[in-house]
Amino acid sequence: MTVDAPARFSPLADWQEAFGRLPAGFQVRELPFLTQLTLRVSADSPAAKAVESVLGIRLPSASRAELSEEVKALWLGPDEWLLVAPADTGAELVGRLRSAIGEEFATVTDVSAQRTVLSLRGGLTREILARGCALDLDPRVAPVGACYTTLLAQTGITLVVRAEAAASVWLLVRSSFAPYAAAWLVDAATEYGGGAG
Amino acid sequence: MQLIACPWCGEREEAEFHYGGQAHVPYPAKPADLDDEQWAQYVFFRDNPKGPFAERWMHAAGCRRWFDALRDTATHQFLSVHRMGEEPRA
Ligand SMILES: [Zn+2]
Repeated sequence: MTVDAPARFSPLADWQEAFGRLPAGFQVRELPFLTQLTLRVSADSPAAKAVESVLGIRLPSASRAELSEEVKALWLGPDEWLLVAPADTGAELVGRLRSAIGEEFATVTDVSAQRTVLSLRGGLTREILARGCALDLDPRVAPVGACYTTLLAQTGITLVVRAEAAASVWLLVRSSFAPYAAAWLVDAATEYGGGAG
Repeated sequence: MQLIACPWCGEREEAEFHYGGQAHVPYPAKPADLDDEQWAQYVFFRDNPKGPFAERWMHAAGCRRWFDALRDTATHQFLSVHRMGEEPRA
């Protein structure tokens, strides 16, 4: 008896059609299989500097994300960042980071399967998120690069503001909660038309 | 909903936090020397003042860090918050 190699599927593979019927001012797309690494390191330590030199960025401060290079760094806590890189680059990136860290103290862990990434775009994004997220996404409060781990409709998310006035946002949601988050987003957009229902 | 100021993340809704009970309860220096009553006092008994109370809280849905807060138990007002070990005890 043979066992087929398991096929990889993303948590929201079944949601493309529903996302396609969203209103014009709100586009939702899953960015599946992105590499995600949890980095635990003391800020400004030798290990943190080694990581920064590999990535070509400074690790961002509280509630901020560094989006300028290919590997994005999202602040999760005072000694914790999530590194988001293109799909299938995890092993190579972990290797480069660990060899740069050397004997200094830091941990790099591949957690790519923990969360999936949703790209939200359009002028309605901020208004729709406001229906389930208590944080103020006004550009004066949440400029480009703001990064918040919080609740959206009671599920844990990390939200990254990628364009002015939250017209482009990343939502990182745990894989098992992703269908719930997708259903909530589609429902919240219903009243704006587009035949989402 | 009440807002609580996480010392790392700033003001967030109360639902993002977990309560951790009284702060600054020292672990017994010589646990083996305690009799049952003293051990029970350490494990189970806490102050219950009406007014300012030093407590531990955790920002569970955010940065997941424990912090200390001084909260008025009569009004629920947070008088101060600080990062673990950052400031002298309230
Ligand atoms: Zn926090």
